[in-house]
Amino acid sequence: MGEAIVITSGKGGVGKTTTSANIGTSLALSGKKVCLVDTDIGLRNLDVLMGLENRIIYDLVDVVEERCKLHQALIKDKRFECLFLLPAAQTKDKSSVQPEQMKKIISELKQDYDYVIIDCPAGIEQGFKNAVAGADKSIVVTNPEISSVRDADRIIGLLEQEDVEAPKLIVNRVRNHLAKSGDMLDVDEIVSILAIELIGVVVDDENVIKAANKGEPIAMSPSSKASIAYRNIARRILGESVPLSTIEEEKGFFSKIKTLLGMR
Amino acid sequence: MAMAQKLQHNVTIKGTKDGLVLLLDDLCSFEHLLEELNDKLSDDHGQLLNGPLISVIVKTGNRYLTDQQSGLIREIIGQKKNLEIKRFETNVITVAEAEEMKKEAQIMRVSKVVRSGQVLSVQGDLLLIGDVNPGGTIVATGNIFVLGSLKGIAHSGSSGNREAVIAASVMKPTQLRIADMINRAPDHYPEHGHEMECAFISDEEGQILIDRISIVHKIRPELNRL
Ligand SMILES: Nc1ncnc2c1ncn2[C@@H]1O[C@H](COP(=O)(O)OP(=O)(O)OP(=O)(O)O)[C@@H](O)[C@H]1O
Ligand SMILES: [Mg+2]
Repeated sequence: MGEAIVITSGKGGVGKTTTSANIGTSLALSGKKVCLVDTDIGLRNLDVLMGLENRIIYDLVDVVEERCKLHQALIKDKRFECLFLLPAAQTKDKSSVQPEQMKKIISELKQDYDYVIIDCPAGIEQGFKNAVAGADKSIVVTNPEISSVRDADRIIGLLEQEDVEAPKLIVNRVRNHLAKSGDMLDVDEIVSILAIELIGVVVDDENVIKAANKGEPIAMSPSSKASIAYRNIARRILGESVPLSTIEEEKGFFSKIKTLLGMR
Repeated sequence: MAMAQKLQHNVTIKGTKDGLVLLLDDLCSFEHLLEELNDKLSDDHGQLLNGPLISVIVKTGNRYLTDQQSGLIREIIGQKKNLEIKRFETNVITVAEAEEMKKEAQIMRVSKVVRSGQVLSVQGDLLLIGDVNPGGTIVATGNIFVLGSLKGIAHSGSSGNREAVIAASVMKPTQLRIADMINRAPDHYPEHGHEMECAFISDEEGQILIDRISIVHKIRPELNRL
């Protein structure tokens, strides 16, 4: 039986879909059976990022309304035999699915897949509730700017009320020169405000956007910094202890605490 | 029989420099008590019960009075126009009242991060071990102590206690409220000087002030339980 991880943020456009696609791809690279689930009904993107848009026949709402079986709606990835996508409907809205129905679908998927990665829509309403309903774990994505961190804080509070494990944090689109000059929040500050465990830091990398436009997740091209960051996040999800490297983050929050305590 | 009852001392009237103290026996029946109170007050004691306004403290010992019973006593005393009941003093309260008192006197210890959109509300004092993030709110009927950063809204003395204080390890709130008074934060915090501070209502200034935590014992000596 696999585990379901919801990727959420509160604020829109911070990189939930990019993160979902790349974590999913990285886990598949490690040979895991992965199903990506797009719950952003009406604004689906995950299929485009994965380059699978042209293969969609049925979607999440079709499954819920029993126009097809769950396995009929799943699309196999171009690159991996073990990676699948359950696309969202584009013509409906968030209210066409209920949390209970999501729960059922996710638990069915967990029977067949090692990891079910759920891409959550922005906001705190119905779409969020649906996305979280079936999840065992959660990852909160934020950018290094105040409004995004504020919304992440709100979402973490809401997740605390749900039946999911304590969320982990990804800080996405970090630009080191800005943090150093004090024009942007640095990762330490964000982690100390949100007070949850950091699972990865992804730099702002134009290759991410280029890759998205090609329908090929950045995690496929091993040379870029962003790709390494996503692969490392996947390894941490798999339980490996990969230190937050200097590229990802210089002088982490936790090492800072230890300095205070006089430990090594 | 009637004479014998009259001789009992179920109601004792004592004069003090602040007025009168009525000591009501707590073992006799309530009817006897009312009867005797009535008699004693009707007996003219000269200037004491007729002169200028006198304040009265009613001590009921170990007798529990219902609202209705204390109403009857008020009625009798009220017949004497120059007597004004200042308060009832009793040794006994109901369990419900006791629980309420206990809640008001207790320190609620909570360990969590109060996040944007969350409200943490307690009766009595609040000891929060953790931060209050911007957009988060903490409320207490008593004092508030934050072992962490206060960056959201804190409201102490929420049911009207203007003596309540708000203390925090790092004091950077967006807004402070004490009882019915509200102060918002300055638009920019200075880089330094917001650690270990305490907020209180200053009667001279007529607003909430923030000062070093070390001066609190002077401003609010009643915080001490030692
Ligand atoms: N690390 C990165 N570096 C550069 N660009 C990035 C990075 N991560 C995401 N982006 C870009 O940011 C934009 C928003 O990303 P994405 O669609 O993943 O966000 P989202 O949180 O899913 O948005 P929505 O709330 O609309 O669903 C995209 O154009 C994406 O290519
Ligand atoms: Mg998205």
